[in-house]
Amino acid sequence: MSAGTGPDNLPWWATGVLLPVINVVLALVVSALVILAIGEDPLGAMWTMVQGALGTSEGLGYTLYYATSLIFTALAVAVAFHGGLFNIGGEGQAYLGGLGVGLVCLAVGDMPWYLVLPLSVLGGAAFGAMWGAIPGYLQAYRGSHVVITTIMFNFIASSLMVYLMVNVLIRPGQMSPESEQFAPATFLPLVQDMAAAVGIQMNPSPLNFSLFLALATCVLVWAFIWHTRWGFALRTVGANENAARYAGIDPKKVIILAMALSGALAGLLGVNEIHGVQHRLLLNFPAGMGFTGIAVALMGRNHPAGIVPAAILFGMLYQGGTELIFDYPSISRELVVVIQGVVILFAGALEHMFRPALVRFFATKPTATTKPAGA
Amino acid sequence: MHAVTVTPAPHSPPKSAHQWAVELVGIDKRFGPVHANKDVTLRFAPASIHGLVGENGAGKSTLMSILYGFYHADSGQILVRGREVEIKGSQDAIGLGIGMVHQHFMLVETFTVLENLLLGHEGGPLLAPAVARARREVEELERTFGLEVPLDALVADLPVGVQQRVEILKALYRGADVLILDEPTAVLSPPEVEQLFRILERLRAEGRTVVLITHKLKEIMAITDHVSVLRRGAVVAEFATAATSRQELADAMVGRKANLDVEKAPPQPGPVLLAADGVNVVDARGVTTLKNACLTVRAGEIVGVAGVAGNGQSELLEVLSGMRPFASGRVTIKGTALEPGGTYDPADARRRGVAHVPEDRLKLAVVKEFPAAQSAILGYHEEKGLARKWRLDWKRVTAKTAELMERFDVRPRDPALRTSLFSGGNQQKLVMAREMERDPDILLVGQPTRGVDIGAIAFIHKQLVALRDRGKAILLVSAELDEIMALSDRILVMCDGEIVGELSAAEATEGRIGSMMAGVAETATGSVSGEEQ
Repeated sequence: MSAGTGPDNLPWWATGVLLPVINVVLALVVSALVILAIGEDPLGAMWTMVQGALGTSEGLGYTLYYATSLIFTALAVAVAFHGGLFNIGGEGQAYLGGLGVGLVCLAVGDMPWYLVLPLSVLGGAAFGAMWGAIPGYLQAYRGSHVVITTIMFNFIASSLMVYLMVNVLIRPGQMSPESEQFAPATFLPLVQDMAAAVGIQMNPSPLNFSLFLALATCVLVWAFIWHTRWGFALRTVGANENAARYAGIDPKKVIILAMALSGALAGLLGVNEIHGVQHRLLLNFPAGMGFTGIAVALMGRNHPAGIVPAAILFGMLYQGGTELIFDYPSISRELVVVIQGVVILFAGALEHMFRPALVRFFATKPTATTKPAGA
Repeated sequence: MHAVTVTPAPHSPPKSAHQWAVELVGIDKRFGPVHANKDVTLRFAPASIHGLVGENGAGKSTLMSILYGFYHADSGQILVRGREVEIKGSQDAIGLGIGMVHQHFMLVETFTVLENLLLGHEGGPLLAPAVARARREVEELERTFGLEVPLDALVADLPVGVQQRVEILKALYRGADVLILDEPTAVLSPPEVEQLFRILERLRAEGRTVVLITHKLKEIMAITDHVSVLRRGAVVAEFATAATSRQELADAMVGRKANLDVEKAPPQPGPVLLAADGVNVVDARGVTTLKNACLTVRAGEIVGVAGVAGNGQSELLEVLSGMRPFASGRVTIKGTALEPGGTYDPADARRRGVAHVPEDRLKLAVVKEFPAAQSAILGYHEEKGLARKWRLDWKRVTAKTAELMERFDVRPRDPALRTSLFSGGNQQKLVMAREMERDPDILLVGQPTRGVDIGAIAFIHKQLVALRDRGKAILLVSAELDEIMALSDRILVMCDGEIVGELSAAEATEGRIGSMMAGVAETATGSVSGEEQ
């Protein structure tokens, strides 16, 4: 029971595939114009980006590593979205989730990674869930809009982490606000090492076991939203809160649950970043992935099957953008941010710009898949 | 500017300069695969009241939206006073003297009547001169048409009937020659309907053209000069009202012999299943919206609750179904007494065998975005049979929905189709099916046939009577007096949050119920005897 037709009767592939592709192509056209304007060759630059993101095992590794984080934060946005909530707080929830992951990893000492992983997942999920549930409670029982409170909670999370890192968790005797390193036995295996074990050679990249965790989480979230009665209750509240009350569902509880679950998913970013890559607690590790996750979820139509390709696309933008700066001295870091911004603008903020045109297009040629209203 | 002031005899339009106030010629409109208007030709004579009837989805609203500039026809012409025009938006329509009174009023509630009339006609940066001018002109209009409206009252403080007059006045103030009214009587009490009709007659006498969209055939018969019947987007019949009958109109609407009457045997009441005793409801503003409600519903009877919308019937239904807490009093369900502040909620109500078909179908009873099968388990998704371990068994849900659709004649029979793509009648049949399927002992029904076409109305009525005959208790709230009178074994009348009287089916006449609804109760409580009206 997935998406089905949209409110304006577009077939699923038009909203799910055609519309995002049109948006991305348009974003690339605009980006090409910007590159042209500063006097560089847009096709060459684009090729460098694609090549840099997918052309080498190292580039591919980075792309998928970014995508892993984005899958978690985008799933977080999607779960809240199906409950009718716009969770802008993925960044803060991921930050706190990382704290939970780090505390677990510091506490367990010298345990092997496969025993630590379930604990660090629990730690990240629990801390993220808490950071999501508070705005959820405020929305449900105090009427404070979740968009406002989650934004504020991002700032609170950031300040709290600075305080903790500087005053509490900092490794004694050093200047930079970082914790002790975790015991090496706890490190999540890198994909390059796993590949080497089966005889495939990969260049080093931060891509780690979390990728598989992310993909498994996609399946779980899909099953939860569309195949459980809790998911049904969640979608009912999201689509029509009054109907939910009529159906005996308590929207307040569902809102808190949805925000907790959303926060838990965002918190899993910490598994990738802290448990998988940094191996210590530090500042600013979410690096905007919580926000980009919103664009990924929008582009992926809040469905795991859409979120995975959208996350990979944004991973390509991050990784390809880095390559672009190396190869084109006149293209600065800021320009790459502009290109990423343009894609977010078209794929996220303007995602429905071409919808009316598509509706008109499909309206002029009736299809067999749409049916008239009941006679 | 104003049209000629002759009253045309039926079927013989005036031979003046402009034969017709408005002509729609060959209007065709498609929405994707839906052919909403098929080559529709309609002509409205000046100084007349023209009725437009048809089932839901017959294309009445689309047609009027084309005339008012909300939609653009795919083909066809619109002629106003004999001249072909192009209407691109409501501004064009207003400019041509076409005004519309929507079913849901378009008024700013926190403004006064005069400010509402002035909206969009301020005519300069300073308000004072415009206000003075508007007051003069509006008072003139009020005198001409007998439309009494307090110009300085806040719209929010006015009764619905008066708000509607403000809407009419607004259209006239903008120079409307042709006034379209969309289901204007849906929210009015019988006396208010009478007042509205007097106003419409006055408009006709002053040479204006009124187009009345309604599904109430009685009103068509009472007030219109001509009537056009739409079915499936096309005009299927046109009559001079004097030369037709309700039955003929109903038959034309559904395209076959329509059954307007409900057949039902005398009731065989059993024990009391549902009772309310001195129930009060206080809303968020501290207003008591339901006052001292006392009622009983027995097994095997239908108790109807009549009243103008907003007089406590909704609150009554909501309290009994667990949607709304009550402040004091006692509700008794199958012998179990519930106290205020208890744990009675919709889920609990269902466990106790209380099913609820809510008044507002789209707001409460279904989720428009869901496939029909998912709307068909709303409220029952926790049921054991629907899941395997943690997983909802969509195959079984779909199969069950298909079976329900078969039994309750829901068309099209497609459990995967989005709920919003079913017509109102079919949505309602789906809701009825869902609520009756669990064989409830008590059924609470609000507006069972609102927005439902005639064919489906008969079906729904039959189902309700059949449920009664199986020994179930039914409480029926409806704004349609005809429906209340046709179905109920006993009738309660509500006014201003109180149950002001009770009538047996035998003693109920429209006049008696109507005066009680309007608050002119013969006696305050209890059964009313005597036959005066």
